[in-house]
Amino acid sequence: MAIEVKNIVKKFGSFAALDNVDLKVADGELLALLGPSGSGKTTLLRIIAGLDWPDSGEVAIDGENALSRGASERQVGFVFQHYALFRHMTVFENVAFGLRVQPRAIRKDEATIRARVKNLLDLVQLDWLANRYPSQLSGGQRQRIALARALAIEPRILLLDEPFGALDAKVRKELRQWLRSLHNEIHVTSIFVTHDQEEALEVANRVVVMDKGRIEQIGSPGDVYDNPATAFVHGFIGESIVLPVDVAGDAVRLDGRPLNIPALGAASGAAKLFVRRHDMAVGPAGTGALEGAIRHVRSFGPIQRAEVALAGSEGKTVIEIDAPPRPRAAGRRNRLAAAPPLPDLRRAGVAP
Amino acid sequence: MSMQTGLATSTTQLRSYAPATDVSVAAPAPRLEIARAEPVTARRNPRTEPGPVRLVIIALAITFLSVFVVLPLVVVFASAFSKGVVAYFAALAEPEALAAIKLTLLIAAISVTLNLVFGVVAAWAISKFEFAGKTFLITLIDLPFSVSPVISGLVFVLLFGAQGYFGSWLQAHNVHILFAVPGIALATIFVTFPFVARALIPLMQEQGTQEEEAAISLGASGLQTFFRVTLPNIKWGLLYGVLLCNARAMGEFGAVSVVSGHIRGETNTMPLLVEILYNEYQFVASFAIASLLAMLALITLVAKTILERRLDEAEVGDGD
Repeated sequence: MAIEVKNIVKKFGSFAALDNVDLKVADGELLALLGPSGSGKTTLLRIIAGLDWPDSGEVAIDGENALSRGASERQVGFVFQHYALFRHMTVFENVAFGLRVQPRAIRKDEATIRARVKNLLDLVQLDWLANRYPSQLSGGQRQRIALARALAIEPRILLLDEPFGALDAKVRKELRQWLRSLHNEIHVTSIFVTHDQEEALEVANRVVVMDKGRIEQIGSPGDVYDNPATAFVHGFIGESIVLPVDVAGDAVRLDGRPLNIPALGAASGAAKLFVRRHDMAVGPAGTGALEGAIRHVRSFGPIQRAEVALAGSEGKTVIEIDAPPRPRAAGRRNRLAAAPPLPDLRRAGVAP
Repeated sequence: MSMQTGLATSTTQLRSYAPATDVSVAAPAPRLEIARAEPVTARRNPRTEPGPVRLVIIALAITFLSVFVVLPLVVVFASAFSKGVVAYFAALAEPEALAAIKLTLLIAAISVTLNLVFGVVAAWAISKFEFAGKTFLITLIDLPFSVSPVISGLVFVLLFGAQGYFGSWLQAHNVHILFAVPGIALATIFVTFPFVARALIPLMQEQGTQEEEAAISLGASGLQTFFRVTLPNIKWGLLYGVLLCNARAMGEFGAVSVVSGHIRGETNTMPLLVEILYNEYQFVASFAIASLLAMLALITLVAKTILERRLDEAEVGDGD
């Protein structure tokens, strides 16, 4: 089912959790809401589910106004960050809950409910845990039971709040792939909230980047990474090196030294230059756009990273770039050159 | 156990890195062994005291308990049975005694039921919702704990007594509150009113609202959510509160004494009767009734211990 969110405003006291948010989710999509904590992503999810109410704006699910219905009538599957499994019920009863509380007129008979729960437990590959209690499960198992419980009501849309946030790294990776394949199997429109960019880029069809209650960018994972729309997105997604530069007309200067890149329409004045680390390389002195001295080389496994103090900034601007995978003695006065192209320039406000 | 797991993991990691970094797999392992073999310092355990000090402290505690708790309890039963078992049961079978027992049970039933409903509603409102005046409500719930029971009783005399605010209206309509069952019930409800709410508020706050939200998003109505999710989660805490509430309702003296009027066979509860009989030098009868209250206390104590264990389990049950 398609979801449409229009001009949503939600304030907690004087703090604007959501500031005029618009979002369209197509049928069958797997969408990620990505942002730092406090960006409003969970609030948006809870508003779509009916667990929170906006101060103003509209929410439509499959074209019909969702705000006129309470959470219990929206038929929305919600998976909570800490699972919120019913602690006094077995796994089986947890999954069956949504079917047992249906109005008597449409409630299925016991045999149908049992069959359906069994199917769902098979789907999440945990049928052997049916008689356990939530406290006897591992985090990853609880997460999958929470998902099975949400799917039991045949939700029109599925919402997941930080679905992997409370799991350890290894389980998280497994569950990510599992969620993707599950989505391919059942095709229910899904939105998940995460602060983990890797998770968003790896799992979602489309990523919505949020900050301070606003949507910064909507795009495919590749799009968001390669063509960040704002300084925030560039800084938040992928690792970036930030350099303080001056823009004058179409020329960009770092510490007075001109850089061979276009200003891309940035207004004159102080600006920030965002560069992907892998777009820079260490080379012989005098061949690149930047000059500096290697202060320190750190290596972890196959990767070597050089800490470089840029010339002309009195050693204040220190950047980290990938160095060739061959040991170099720290402190040697190797000259450094960052090879163009420096691909992107985004303006982030004029310094006063 | 955990050390072994740690070893296994680090070895695996080293192996996977081994080809790239040329670090020998075995090298770091002995370091871990050494870390484990580190001897525990053989000095005196800082959490315990030398033998004589311990003995004195334990002796003090036992003496104190014996004099102030065990001895009175023994005296109650000894005095009750001082003229034999027959006298004991004869004293309990007196119409006055039977009336007091009946009245006490009735008052307890009324006040526990009402405070159960009130306590759950108040705890629900306080722990699951945000609203203005919440702190004030919590303070208000505690008020009966901080007010002397005699004052609590006097409040009702001031309200419903012949000279009180509603006195003339009540007399005109022939409604008896003071010196009758309603007055005793009201005073008891007032005094025991914090027990259930107090037992539930911390428990419900700790459990949060996520399970309720989950139930609602799965299509449950408000009542279904309450009876299928909230109530099962708080049942041990609720029983705990009811137990304490009941013990206090049956044992309350001060507030009830002020509003009861001490009408023999009509408005005397068990604690009041104990005092009256004692003042009339009917020691066996007095202590026989007292022994019933003492037994109630002992049963409450045992049940409370069992419930506390259940409560701990209910909270740990959520543990990650």
